[in-house]
Amino acid sequence: MKLIFLIGKKEFKSYFTSPIAYLLMAFFALIFGFAMYTATRDVVRMGFQAQMMGQSQPVNLNDMIIRPLLGFASTVSLFLIPMITMRLIAEEKKTGTIELLLTSPVKDIQIILGKWSAAMLLYLCILGMSALDIGMLFAWGKPDWRPVLVAYLGLILQGGCLLAIGEFISTLTKNQIIAGGVTFFVCLLLWVLSWSTAFDSGATAQVVNYLSIVTHFESFSKGVLDGKDVVFYLSMIFFSLFITSRSMESLRWRS
Amino acid sequence: MIKVEGLTKRYARTVAVDNISFEVEKGQIVGFLGPNGAGKTTTMRVLTCFLPPTEGTATVAGYDVQEHPIEVKRRIGYLPESPPLYPEMDVIGYLEFTGKLKGIPSADIKKRVDEVLERCAIGDVRDKLIAKLSKGYRQRVGLAQAIIHNPDVLILDEPTSGLDPKQIIEIRELLKSLAGNHTIILSTHILSEVEHSCERVIIISAGKLVAIDSVANLTNRLRGSESVSVEVDATGGIPDPSDVQQRLEQVSGVRSVTMKGSKSGRLTFEVESLQGRQIRADLARGVVNAGWNLSELRAVGLSLEDVFLQLTAAEKKSGEPAESEAAKQ
Repeated sequence: MKLIFLIGKKEFKSYFTSPIAYLLMAFFALIFGFAMYTATRDVVRMGFQAQMMGQSQPVNLNDMIIRPLLGFASTVSLFLIPMITMRLIAEEKKTGTIELLLTSPVKDIQIILGKWSAAMLLYLCILGMSALDIGMLFAWGKPDWRPVLVAYLGLILQGGCLLAIGEFISTLTKNQIIAGGVTFFVCLLLWVLSWSTAFDSGATAQVVNYLSIVTHFESFSKGVLDGKDVVFYLSMIFFSLFITSRSMESLRWRS
Repeated sequence: MIKVEGLTKRYARTVAVDNISFEVEKGQIVGFLGPNGAGKTTTMRVLTCFLPPTEGTATVAGYDVQEHPIEVKRRIGYLPESPPLYPEMDVIGYLEFTGKLKGIPSADIKKRVDEVLERCAIGDVRDKLIAKLSKGYRQRVGLAQAIIHNPDVLILDEPTSGLDPKQIIEIRELLKSLAGNHTIILSTHILSEVEHSCERVIIISAGKLVAIDSVANLTNRLRGSESVSVEVDATGGIPDPSDVQQRLEQVSGVRSVTMKGSKSGRLTFEVESLQGRQIRADLARGVVNAGWNLSELRAVGLSLEDVFLQLTAAEKKSGEPAESEAAKQ
């Protein structure tokens, strides 16, 4: 546990000694802020129009703003996650520092969990940027906070899942660009899979749809905490970290 | 302390290490010698549990590298060929990280870091980023990382590469001061390195063990025959080289004569004696009797360099290790 924490701390610090953490946070804050701006502008405009027509109904902030925004955040994270995970192990392999880790009295799984939690923490920092915008809604409106929390939980679980997949891909190569590119491709693929039921609702399409990471986020974004989806995410995280540890072990045999 | 038996490591297509066995006792400094690509690094990587052996076993301090890797790693300090440094960290931060990684309790870490900073003479760069350090400093930070947890066994892959002569001497002194409590294996292809700091030498070539012996024994063993450099000139002009060569060959006890060159009217030959024969007196007499001048007569010592070349060359010719009594022990 101490070693996981030690590796995680070192990894998290090194995100912030390079510009990558700041870049990702700034990028996300900018995009999310812009989305927030357009969403609220539309809602406010609609509110005015409704008032002018004489039928004033209260605006539901949860449905009108927060839900689409956090859905958008989930899509944006697909683009950010490869940039978080690509360096995790690929960089160590490139610079040879992996030799230090693998010849220190540390178990592979401790390295993997340490790095994954550092990536997770950075991801939380990035998501934290969106909390600033959402917080403003709470300051001037009265949205229900429970669905917001559930949606954030969904974002965290989905992120954890993709980060674990990204970490696995990072063990496969010593080239960060390849690690990032492949992770990005996999993220996109897992997103696109959710479209399979759009025109076809056969069994195959259902299964393919089920595999999509984004499908399972839907219930969270509606504010519904569905045990089935939580289990899906947790098992995906577990499975990805497991194959990461297998892959780390095979590093020794393959190299 | 270290015991390697029948170690073989195969990669997809090549055999990097082929059936190597050796033992290193506690407190020794052993030089691991071989040309590039001989399998030095691979053997070291097996010992540090970085690579698993294909066949054979290796034990460090009684623990098998495959069955108890964590126990082995606890007792080993390893400096790979390129020091494993995180450029974005500062020296202190890096050493604290590696120290904790190797299981030094947080309470002692400051003290240990200060100690290795002093030992490796890197105190003056303690707050610098590793990215800003020169090659020599990086090497020393890497060494500091290897000794920080006071390991029983130190495995150093070319520890002096990239250092200037003064730093090399400092590292040698450091290694000598570490010997005794620590068992040290260092690989190198610089032979003077071994002559200076090692008690025993393991020579491998093309993955096979060629020789394992003490430095003194190795040089003596191959110095059974005497090698003499002879310089000849004549008052009346340069003598005919083939004449001189013939004359020298006739001296009793001479095995071979090779012409080394001629410089400003002087001819230089290298004469090798038969096993156990003293030939210098006879050579001098032979030259003078023939009417030439003997301007130099000098015994050529066999350096470890020559031993190394002879051993590895013999290896290539015969295709199997030049068996020696020493290699069998």
